[in-house]
Amino acid sequence: MKRIVPVPVTAYTLATALGKGRDVHAEALRAGRSGLAAKPFETVELPTWIGEVPGVDAQPLPPALAAFECRNNRLAWQALQADGFDAQVRAAAARWGAHRVGVFLGTSTSGILQTELAYRRRDAATGALPADFHYAETHNTYSVAAFARALLGLTGPAAVLSTACSSSAKVFGQAQRMIALGLIDAALVGGVDSLCLTTLYGFHSLELLSPDVCRPWDAGRHGLSLGEAGAFALLERTAPAGAVPQGLLLGCGESSDGHHMSSPHPEGLGAAEAMQAALAQAGLQAADIDYVNLHGTATPNNDQAEDLAVSAVFGAVPCSSTKGATGHTLGAAGAVEAALSLLSLREQWIPAGLHVRQRDPSLHANYQTTGRTARLRHVASNSFGFGGSNTCLVFGEVTQ
Amino acid sequence: MTTTVYLEALGLLGPGLCDWPQAAPLLAQGGWQASDVPMPAPQRLPAAERRRAGAVVKLSIAVADQACTAAGCDPLQLATVFSSSSGDGANCHALCETLAGTDRLVSPTRFTNSVHNAPAGYWHIATQSRAPSTSLCAHDASFASGLLEAAVQVVAWQRPVLLVAADVPYPEPLHAVRPLTAPFGVAMLLAPQRGARSLAALTPTLAPASAAVDGCDDAGLEALRVGVPAARSLPLLQALARGGTHTAVLDHLPGCPLQVDVVAL
Repeated sequence: MKRIVPVPVTAYTLATALGKGRDVHAEALRAGRSGLAAKPFETVELPTWIGEVPGVDAQPLPPALAAFECRNNRLAWQALQADGFDAQVRAAAARWGAHRVGVFLGTSTSGILQTELAYRRRDAATGALPADFHYAETHNTYSVAAFARALLGLTGPAAVLSTACSSSAKVFGQAQRMIALGLIDAALVGGVDSLCLTTLYGFHSLELLSPDVCRPWDAGRHGLSLGEAGAFALLERTAPAGAVPQGLLLGCGESSDGHHMSSPHPEGLGAAEAMQAALAQAGLQAADIDYVNLHGTATPNNDQAEDLAVSAVFGAVPCSSTKGATGHTLGAAGAVEAALSLLSLREQWIPAGLHVRQRDPSLHANYQTTGRTARLRHVASNSFGFGGSNTCLVFGEVTQ
Repeated sequence: MTTTVYLEALGLLGPGLCDWPQAAPLLAQGGWQASDVPMPAPQRLPAAERRRAGAVVKLSIAVADQACTAAGCDPLQLATVFSSSSGDGANCHALCETLAGTDRLVSPTRFTNSVHNAPAGYWHIATQSRAPSTSLCAHDASFASGLLEAAVQVVAWQRPVLLVAADVPYPEPLHAVRPLTAPFGVAMLLAPQRGARSLAALTPTLAPASAAVDGCDDAGLEALRVGVPAARSLPLLQALARGGTHTAVLDHLPGCPLQVDVVAL
């Protein structure tokens, strides 16, 4: 894998259970605050903790885009408006031309909640779905990119990448390649996934939902806590004159496990290859990485496999999982943790891995349970998904 | 930078289309007739995974296998791009029915199969390949989006990439709101350099919004093209079947058609 030309991240933002926008998240990371709570979602009363974004349903979509109404697109819209991010995308479209701005977003379940609700309202005689159900705008995996493209008036290439929990990490690589080949000059990348019955009952059926708050790297961890989020970044060939980018995308390493649909390779072989590929693209050595934001879902197998892979590639580099704060936001996790990694660079702060009571003595990575100031030049972020899909992103600070 | 890539082999399965050698003359000269699509069991998969695989997985693996066999290619090192508009519709329907019921007892296998990258996951398990893999969706533009992404990967990484685009109709009631007319799968093995087996050079570029999208002259093929997102590949497949030099403008996103310049080798 050859070295890539770094791509400036000129803007980014996110909305998670911690709140909306960069500053709220910076404060939460410094305070070690968690957005998780033991509470029901919709009609779901499973014994679990969730990371719900407050007020998602409080703000309807603009009337012209009413067909896109669903929790996933509402969450996307709230995140796009945070930090004035949507205005920055529009400015980039004005600068480069709307047809030169791509849209590459990740999701795992799209607006499936809308379909789940529609299935409760099927016609008693015919079984038909209700007439107000809009398949293309809410259910289809592409719907969130169609929404963002319509909202922001973008006409460049677009796709939704859906590789489960690595989806919105991989979009950074997709955009980087298209910019490098000159097909586009800028890209809106990111991920959106919203709480729904499919994932709550689905992970419950696999016995991967923790009845307690999720505790990555804890000896007594019992699984994940689901969250929801929207997170976005604007990648541009060059930053506008006079503007300082928020960070540089240096690498996006990708691999497959080829092992099992829902369990990681036990030795983390595929995961390690993704990390090595990211380093090669960045032209960096493992020792150049100052912090690793782990995938760290808190399922017993996932943390164990990632620990082996991270220890093999990065040795004693400080690392932590931020899922104790946000929950596992699935298809949005890659973009959420990219944003948190960029915030770590901005704040020069290593966030604590939350909820650890007793560190798992069988895990050897340099897991950080206390937040602290550190000199961070390069950070890496891991994302792994069902189907054995692995991605590692590397970001660097902008040196003047 | 050019986006030219070299087509090494094709896989194809759809109504009246069993594989590329059988389909090519029909697409070039006419005579295509619709028929049911046989869904071969994916022999490459371990028995446990074979039992769990849904129709879109079987279709994807069938065309991927055809392309790899035709190219004499070992998939172990092969990066992949899987594109589908709807994934496993029967599985989605079953999950939604269960969740609308009273007990909501979701099957773990159904949940695992619900991910859009299930075909990619099963393929990489079957081939034990740890190469990178992308799964994407762009609604009706899924084929062109997948082709563009695969070509970009080939050029950026200078390594071969297997593109697999596959769609399978939904059962009711989703069929009524998203009527896909038939199963259709196409695979293209793309390489960065011209080789002894190269069939054609393909250069995908983003065309101006005003560029007219190509259709199929044959009414039946045109209905298939419009009826299934993966079959939006048909104008490109016809250009390949006819040989020579062609430009195919494929249906892509609103305001953004995908032009593919084809030079037979």
